[in-house]
Amino acid sequence: MSNTLEQSPPTEESETLIEVEGLKKYYGGEGMFSDPPVKAVDGVSFEIKRGETLGLVGESGCGKSTLGRTLLALEIATEGSIIYDGTDITGLSGTELKEWRKNAQMVFQDPESSLNDRMTVGEIIREPLDAHSWKTMTDRRERVLDLLSAVGLPDKHYFRYPHQFSGGQRQRIGIARALALEPDFLVLDEPVSALDVSVQAKIIRLLEDLQEDFNLTYLLIAHDLSVVRYISDRVAVMYLGKIMEKGETEEVFSNASNPYTQSLLSAIPEPDPSAASQRITLSGTPPSPSDAPAGCNLSTRCPAKIRPEAYADADRDLWQAIERFREVVRERARVALSLGDRVRRRFNRFDRFDDIEDSRADTFDGVEVPERVDQQIETAVEMVKRGEPMEAQQHLYTEFASVCDHERPEMHEVSVSGRQSYCHRHTDEYEDVEPVISRRADNE
Amino acid sequence: MTRSQSATMTDSEDPILSVRDLQTVFYTDNETVRAVDSISFDVGRGETVGIVGESGSGKSVTARSIMGLIESPGKVLPESSISFAGRELTDLSAEQYQSVRGSGIGMVFQDPQQSLNPVYTVGNQIRESLKINRDITGEEAVEEAMRLLQAVGIPDAKRRLDEYPNQFSGGMRQRAVIAMMLACDPDFLICDEPTTALDVTIQAQILDLLKELQEERGLSILFITHDMGVIADIADRVNVMYAGQIVEKAAVEDLFSNPQHPYTKALLRSIPGEHSRADGLETIEGQVPTPNEPADHCRFAPRCPKSFGACDKVPPQHVSVGDSEGHTASCLLYPDDQSETARVETHIEKESERTEEQP
Repeated sequence: MSNTLEQSPPTEESETLIEVEGLKKYYGGEGMFSDPPVKAVDGVSFEIKRGETLGLVGESGCGKSTLGRTLLALEIATEGSIIYDGTDITGLSGTELKEWRKNAQMVFQDPESSLNDRMTVGEIIREPLDAHSWKTMTDRRERVLDLLSAVGLPDKHYFRYPHQFSGGQRQRIGIARALALEPDFLVLDEPVSALDVSVQAKIIRLLEDLQEDFNLTYLLIAHDLSVVRYISDRVAVMYLGKIMEKGETEEVFSNASNPYTQSLLSAIPEPDPSAASQRITLSGTPPSPSDAPAGCNLSTRCPAKIRPEAYADADRDLWQAIERFREVVRERARVALSLGDRVRRRFNRFDRFDDIEDSRADTFDGVEVPERVDQQIETAVEMVKRGEPMEAQQHLYTEFASVCDHERPEMHEVSVSGRQSYCHRHTDEYEDVEPVISRRADNE
Repeated sequence: MTRSQSATMTDSEDPILSVRDLQTVFYTDNETVRAVDSISFDVGRGETVGIVGESGSGKSVTARSIMGLIESPGKVLPESSISFAGRELTDLSAEQYQSVRGSGIGMVFQDPQQSLNPVYTVGNQIRESLKINRDITGEEAVEEAMRLLQAVGIPDAKRRLDEYPNQFSGGMRQRAVIAMMLACDPDFLICDEPTTALDVTIQAQILDLLKELQEERGLSILFITHDMGVIADIADRVNVMYAGQIVEKAAVEDLFSNPQHPYTKALLRSIPGEHSRADGLETIEGQVPTPNEPADHCRFAPRCPKSFGACDKVPPQHVSVGDSEGHTASCLLYPDDQSETARVETHIEKESERTEEQP
């Protein structure tokens, strides 16, 4: 098979194929009066070496697909650089860009919607060749037949239509199409998440074989951590547009440093009922990427969040209640007030938020609240009732915020192999992540 | 702790749900698809029973059959029996079924988006459920709806009542759907892939919530999923389905530590999990067949590494396997202390016994 599909020799003997530096992708927010931009990717840096697989994991909405698309110049980067084999592709356009695209292709998640049902399998796989006017028609046909056999489909499928195939076979067609122009680099966007486990295993195997035969470099985007662990050499973990931790796969999985990575890993249900699961549950849901916290991205949910000095010894339940209450107020601050509401507020007639009392009672139910805290909460509740949740949010922030809320952490190197993690706790000033999480879990 | 509790509970009481020989078929122009083909299982009170299988194995059709949601061209065959809290469900009229669905059995579907009406507020939908099923209205209903949202862990519940489903995140929506289910105060919950559309950290929250609710309210749960990890986490007992049939039943610990049916073994080995890349990933050759012919043979045989001549002729029956009670598999390789001919004999005998029992 490798005789017929010859790979062009590497143009340069460099180890690094792709180097991404400070990449940002924002949507909207350009106009003077527009809402704040959606920060889908918010300053990420990493590199991918030739022939390796970088796994990119994260929950939905964390920006991993946007990152993948931006790498292929399907989205225009807002800021930062993507150096591919020595060229900054963020500056390419027109014919240069089209020429470059031969190097980098994509395999999509959903094999149902990523194939045109009105084209035969042969036409689908041939389309990239046609688009780039590759050699002659006869050559293209030859090439398609070679590709079919490379992904394990018989020649006779050339004239069939996608609906005649199962999910796994359709994904094979998608992979063959991505390989048509002999790319060096493939972005695999959730290539197996729509498939059953037994089929999934076959596609993973195929991807491994192809990587070896054609010396491919992969960026594997997935939310299924077991797949990523199995196939990747290195892993980057994303949350809300930021890379939280990156490093060698086994190291990240067995010895994670970042609180988010630890929570994410502990949340995977293991196919082993006897496994003693020490699950670290992240509270709440991720904030919207247009309203990310000012400090660390994880500060609204972090299980190892640094507390302000004054509350370092506060009871765990009390502290959780305070954090929950801050979340409630933060949510209220996002509710847009109507004109009528504003008028009522002007005349002290505003009562739409009076039910904050209920939420307060519910949040602090069964928790002993010291006087100092109670006063602060009382002030905040009054502000919310007056229709000024923003002010209440600010008030609570002044009292209860810590370094995690107001300062962005830095990427710290956390192991000899160069693994990096984005957290304040890796500085000498604060206690490390591990003991804090286990102590807080023990208190339960 | 919940596991041992539920184990003793099932011993002392009748199961809340008892399914016997359930057969659901779909008639199409050129074939009859036996989506669920003679399956039997029980769910004890306070217990969580899992059904696990790949897509097309018939797990969702099983759930829909129990809920009475099978519509033409589908049909639950008359030999089937579904007994819920001592009441036979297959004989019920559509109206009678409605009352069972309202107050006895609740169902949570995979996609919370489709279980909620986008043009009504969440509070509205919960109140509607309270009105229909428990006849609670007015101020009382608002209070109760708020309590339910709090019970499923939605903060700032009162304000949330006035919001629309699109203002909820995916995890919140699934919580809201569960709150709607609880509004009917059910004893039994069918969860059909309730966490498949959610992220892992949110999935963890929902699984914790279901366990909590089960403890508080003594719910019995039938949990359907394709995810072996989720099953290991939540179920007490597991049924493994393949092409419309249950191929193995076991307590969850036994299933994972000591799987017996070749399909279960292969399925567990094809999960990437902790395998290192050097070991390679095992795959099952071929595809799940469409169960469109009578089960007069083993449906897994064409893909089974251990199949032998009789597998194509004799339908396997459930026999005891492993070391624990209640662990059965339908495979001609068992009981493994007998010779091949004796094993085949056992299965033929069991089959004729089973068909004679039927009216």
